[in-house]
Amino acid sequence: MTAETTSRKFNIDTVANAEATPGQALPWAELGLKENEYQRVEEILGRRPTGAELAMYSVMWSEHCSYKSSKVHLRQFGDKVTDAMKEHLLVGIGENAGVVDIGDGWAVTFKVESHNHPSFVEPYQGAATGVGGIVRDIISMGARPVAVMDPLRFGAIDHPDTARLVHGIVAGIGGYGNSLGLPNIGGEVVFDSVYQGNPLVNALAVGVLRHEDIRLANASGAGNRVVLFGARTGGDGIGGASVLASESFDSSKPSKRPAVQVGDPFAEKVLIECCLELFKASVVEGIQDLGAAGISCATSELASNGDGGMHVELTNVLLRDPSLTPGEILMSESQERMMAVVTPENVGAFEAIMDRWAVEYSWLGEVTGTGRLIIEWDGEKIVDVDPRTVAHEGPVYERPYSRPAWLDGVQADAFAGGQPTDLREAVLELMASPNMCSKDWVTDQYDRYVQGNTALAMPDDAGVVRVDEETGLGVAISTDANGRYSYLNPYEGARLALAEAYRNVATSGAEPLAVTDCLNFGSPEDPEVMWQFAETVRGLADACQELGVPVTGGNVSLYNQTGGVAIHPTPVVGVLGVFDDVARRTPSGWREDGQAIYLLGTTAAELDGSEWANLRGHLGGQPPALDLAAEKTLAAILVNCSRDGMIDGAHDLSEGGLAAGLSEMALRFGVGARIGLDELCERDGIDAFTALFSESQARAVVAVPRSEEVRFNDMCTARNFPTIRIGVVDTENQALDVQGYFNLPIAQLREAHEGTLPKHFG
Amino acid sequence: MSAADIETPLIGGPQPVASNNDDSPLNGVTVGVVTFPGSLDDRDAVRAVRLAGGSAVQLWHGDHDLHEVDAVIIPGGFSYGDYLRAGAISRFAPLMEQIARAASGGPDALPVLGICNGFQVLTEAHLLPGSMIKNNHLHFICRDQRLRVENAETSWTSAYARDEEIVIPLKNQDGQFVADNRTLDELEGEGRVVFRYVDGNPNGSRRDIAGISNIAGNVVGLMPHPEHAVEAGFGPDSSARGEVGVRGGTDGLGIFTSVLKKLVG
Repeated sequence: MTAETTSRKFNIDTVANAEATPGQALPWAELGLKENEYQRVEEILGRRPTGAELAMYSVMWSEHCSYKSSKVHLRQFGDKVTDAMKEHLLVGIGENAGVVDIGDGWAVTFKVESHNHPSFVEPYQGAATGVGGIVRDIISMGARPVAVMDPLRFGAIDHPDTARLVHGIVAGIGGYGNSLGLPNIGGEVVFDSVYQGNPLVNALAVGVLRHEDIRLANASGAGNRVVLFGARTGGDGIGGASVLASESFDSSKPSKRPAVQVGDPFAEKVLIECCLELFKASVVEGIQDLGAAGISCATSELASNGDGGMHVELTNVLLRDPSLTPGEILMSESQERMMAVVTPENVGAFEAIMDRWAVEYSWLGEVTGTGRLIIEWDGEKIVDVDPRTVAHEGPVYERPYSRPAWLDGVQADAFAGGQPTDLREAVLELMASPNMCSKDWVTDQYDRYVQGNTALAMPDDAGVVRVDEETGLGVAISTDANGRYSYLNPYEGARLALAEAYRNVATSGAEPLAVTDCLNFGSPEDPEVMWQFAETVRGLADACQELGVPVTGGNVSLYNQTGGVAIHPTPVVGVLGVFDDVARRTPSGWREDGQAIYLLGTTAAELDGSEWANLRGHLGGQPPALDLAAEKTLAAILVNCSRDGMIDGAHDLSEGGLAAGLSEMALRFGVGARIGLDELCERDGIDAFTALFSESQARAVVAVPRSEEVRFNDMCTARNFPTIRIGVVDTENQALDVQGYFNLPIAQLREAHEGTLPKHFG
Repeated sequence: MSAADIETPLIGGPQPVASNNDDSPLNGVTVGVVTFPGSLDDRDAVRAVRLAGGSAVQLWHGDHDLHEVDAVIIPGGFSYGDYLRAGAISRFAPLMEQIARAASGGPDALPVLGICNGFQVLTEAHLLPGSMIKNNHLHFICRDQRLRVENAETSWTSAYARDEEIVIPLKNQDGQFVADNRTLDELEGEGRVVFRYVDGNPNGSRRDIAGISNIAGNVVGLMPHPEHAVEAGFGPDSSARGEVGVRGGTDGLGIFTSVLKKLVG
């Protein structure tokens, strides 16, 4: 297939014209630039920008692309990394995604991103293209994508608009991810009215590659050719990064629907296979996916990361809509496109692979030694910039921040809701509640089997996929966040999110290795939100250092607010762990009759911010205390237990506490247990309600075969970690029997647990 | 272009497509797995053939040559995005002509298995009757599904006993099998309903039909995915016998051993 050249005459704004008409007014404000930013563009260029240049700067300097409000804080993720933490890091923050060494010459790349704003405006396409975008980031690193996960947050479950979002977003994620042949192995579904006007749709993807296959986004070597391939460029997603993702919603403004991209998963699937073949044949020197800011981003980042400049003829771009102007072509966020740099010798080989997969491509220009990014329209110069000023030297803001005055009052308002009279009913209420209920209705719409390497998926603690079929080498991933904890204390909330993801990965049996994060917040122009953000980054960076796991990449999503109301600060943290052999992974339930059930860790009266308090409509006090040293020891114990075959089931305790943990373990394989709480209550000085509903951290429940009990106890003693036997697996009685308190038949528990989502959305 | 040229990178590195066991009597048997643009479970079908003891060859849809394979699997996925009708474009692939020709001509003709999207391709190609429409609940559904093997005499089901039950994953959007009553009566009367859903019809398929065959029994199509229940640790949590360990279900393996044994025997 050869590129057809579109030759159209617009009344275009050339560089020469810009020099000749310095006073001409440009729509910088409509494109999302602030006045000072526009002035800075004029200073950089020494003249007014052309329409095309303005388009490029406006999207690349948007909050979404430039991280201008968050950059000064995000530096901590780099500053607080020790050499020991870098041991497994092959590529760190700054590239399309981080790359981690998992041994035997294998590497894994993973990243979580947001697609919040588009998903509210157009749920199906917003969520679908969120999956598409993160998957292209993974391909860009040279990896084959092997799994996806989706942490989702919606408004109140019974709000009239929630069903629209749930149906559209879940169908969009499934419709796109299932068509790509990527197993969906986990995520979260949370309902809270703070997300009513700003649902959070985060998407994580993980890919696998050999060390030598790592590809980076740079354009080097003067004379090398620049090619755009994949889907054609259309009018969708114009301004997606700037006017949609970098502003708050406001009902007085026009609909932002045209700024949402439209996905074509078939085109992306073909693009994946085609890119992998390009990598295998070593015919690309540098590669970059087109996501936010489209061609503006790809050309300026490739050129900026390279050693020279780039020259592009924009009329060579293949279009879906021939009426697009140069500025629109530069800003379009049409999906399923990639840009690559190819040596002249490899042009033939490149074209042969494109033709085999029937992928359209067009040669746009070449790498130059000028240090300038020059874009022409029919031979007339419309962009002449230093690419670094577009891609990397955008504005950086030290936004003012201040601790909210209301926080003292909130933190002083501890939960005093009293105790339920009937613990049995309380457990049923908890397990049927929107946040604790079964998410099968959602996850059954995702393919968890494709690729044949899924060793664990929902509802286990972490998703686990095999990487190497010969050795069983594999990875585990978990994503977690608790917006209520972060609202009460953003510093601790971020640390708690990391601790939970870290604990989940270890509970599955994997050694935690690296972190990705998606930081979802309100408007950075609100000093209180900015304080929450600063505290979150500080907390997360500190906790990463204490646990020895580096942040490898991620994404910041700001302006998640409608009118003056911001969401809870919601740092979604993904932790990646490694297995020498996934065959030893631990499922989140027990099955064998007579196995001993142990609780690891201690329980205090920590109900502030808990799911129980949430069910009683309360949010106040301080989140549970965090002891990262204890988390580390617990993780080591859980990994050792898996390695040495000491446990057959394990589940971490977090939201919903022991009540949720025991219920979920019983439901996992439909096997009951007899539980005694008296010894635990006596040891920790708590009552049965606190034992069941407190959300104290650094805890897990494990099922230990009788033959392993001595060894298990010895190991916990040697590590000085508190453990207590709280029961025994009972396959005879199909019930969760908490002796002295209640007997809950599994069938009844299952009915309550699995009925909630179908009732609302079925 | 030869089959070797089109081999895409497999997870776990360049993988021997031959059987795990060099001494296996089945080792000389080769099963071709067709890749269309948008095929997704092609590598999984290759793995299933290998785990069953055979050798797999990847076939390219645009090829005009079956490379002397002894049987063909058309795998699951969303070929051409399923944007028109599932399988409607793939049926025109050059390789499909070869497959259609080789598959006709009685019980000893080329055994062909269509899984999910492959089943849809076979109906579009008129190698099997009926058609698939969107699930009656309008959602994609992924679940472990119990089936009854109602015909254990086809090329792909001889390893099972008649009326034996199996549990294998089901995952699709357009899985509702429909046909007119005369066709359905014919299928029933000729024993061509090979698999039937048990414990609940997941998609509204007529008469709970999950899979069917042609008259000769060499061409079989089914919506659920036997290739995802062939390896302990990566299958369903249960088999028809009950719980079998975490993701330990391997009830689908018999589909692949059936055809290999037939070809050897």
